[in-house]
Amino acid sequence: MLETRGLTAYYGDFQVLYGIDTTIAPGETIAIIGANGAGKSSYLKAITGLIRAEPASVRFEDRPIGALGAANILKLGIAMVPEGRRLFSSLTVEENLLIGRYGRDTDGIWSLDAIYALFPALKQRRTVPSHSLSGGEQQMAAIGRALMSNPRVLLCDEISLGLAPIVIRDIYDAMPRIKQNGTSIVLVEQDIVQAMKVADRVYCFQEGRVSLSGRPAELTKDQIHLAYFGR
Amino acid sequence: MLWLGTIIEGVLLGGLYALFAAGLSLVFGIMRLVNLAHGDLIVLAAFAILSLTTWLGFDPFLAALLAMPVMFAAGFVLQYVLLNRTLGRDLLPPLLVTFGLSIVIQNGLLEVFTADSRRLRLGAMETASIDLGGNLAIGVIPLLTLGSALAVILLLNLLFYRTALGRAFRATSDDLEIAQLMGIDHHRIYAIAMGIAMLVATIAALYLGIRANFDPTIGPARLIYAFEAVIIGGLGSLWGTLAGGVIIGLAQTVGAKINPEWQILAGHIAFLAVVVLRPRGLFPRALD
Repeated sequence: MLETRGLTAYYGDFQVLYGIDTTIAPGETIAIIGANGAGKSSYLKAITGLIRAEPASVRFEDRPIGALGAANILKLGIAMVPEGRRLFSSLTVEENLLIGRYGRDTDGIWSLDAIYALFPALKQRRTVPSHSLSGGEQQMAAIGRALMSNPRVLLCDEISLGLAPIVIRDIYDAMPRIKQNGTSIVLVEQDIVQAMKVADRVYCFQEGRVSLSGRPAELTKDQIHLAYFGR
Repeated sequence: MLWLGTIIEGVLLGGLYALFAAGLSLVFGIMRLVNLAHGDLIVLAAFAILSLTTWLGFDPFLAALLAMPVMFAAGFVLQYVLLNRTLGRDLLPPLLVTFGLSIVIQNGLLEVFTADSRRLRLGAMETASIDLGGNLAIGVIPLLTLGSALAVILLLNLLFYRTALGRAFRATSDDLEIAQLMGIDHHRIYAIAMGIAMLVATIAALYLGIRANFDPTIGPARLIYAFEAVIIGGLGSLWGTLAGGVIIGLAQTVGAKINPEWQILAGHIAFLAVVVLRPRGLFPRALD
């Protein structure tokens, strides 16, 4: 469904991705793990059009989409939960959710009510400015905002970063329900244990390349250690 | 009682300055664009209204109503084709381009309309006033100016806080990159914002042209008042911009009351005083 082939990416003259090959099937959850600077976030930015890539190096349902801008990528049904949540600070919680469907207002299971059912904590706080939420609530709102577009692929960048373990559990508990209607999920995670638990397949990045990939059950600790740190 | 009259006059004058400034405030709030041609665009709108009144014989109010969609379209195209290309991390290109635009508009207007002073004629209504008793009277046009300023700012606030477009404006202003991830085409959003700023500029131009003479070169002087109103109010706050306009209007009329030579100076001193006491303005919205 979503595929990258020899994906390269640059920040100015500085190359950050050196030929990334990944595939995601409908309904599948993949995890991207790797150390800081391995290119995980750049990979997501290249898919979402925040950095432009070669047209054919990103394909969605066999259409080349690498050269499309972010607004057009969302319209195809690829939504992102950005690293650090990045809610709109001058919008209320509910407005943050509503803006999620600004660019893609399609029928689907996700509506305000469905998001509030998924994350009840948000419902009581829907009229407050988003910056007054706790970190966990902000993350829930950021996930809800992305879901409002009823995406076919949900990209999650470091959704457990900086959160308490109990909050991380709450958020990951929502994953099965997000997957229920066939949404594919790409998780970028530094927390390897968490990633292995929910992912169908794992890719490990190292210095802008895929250093290891496979099903979590088939990978050994030593393999992952080597792929993660390079030695 | 004389002072009361002066204060009322100052508040009403503030309405005009708020109208000058509202478009500037809107554009700065959404896209951090300092439009140095804003004053000249108001003068351009005044000439557009004048042309409709002289060529087609329309009443200035009707002419302004007809000029509004034209100015909206002009603002949209100006932003989409030209100004969007100048926006980025560097603040200098938009300043240079709008400064150049200011010169182009002034000289274009001089070519077409000459340097003669013009005025929009309303007949008896120009000097009509409402008697409040006790030697107090309020001009109908100044009252309409302030009423229009209030209505404009109220409507802009409703647009900002009650509509999907307003959410997109605020989201784009908050975080451009994430707004794009929400499917917001920021270039289009900016063009709509500039179009709306030009709608407001047309209303400002109507009252400018009715209340005083104008010629192609007076834009920059209007721009100064608009800037001061925006800064006094706090960047990004429309009600603040109204308050800023009223403060400058008040300072000018009170200054002129003390000594007619102090009118303009008093406005600038009030501005400087606010900047010294509250460098971020009275009602700063943006937290960054």
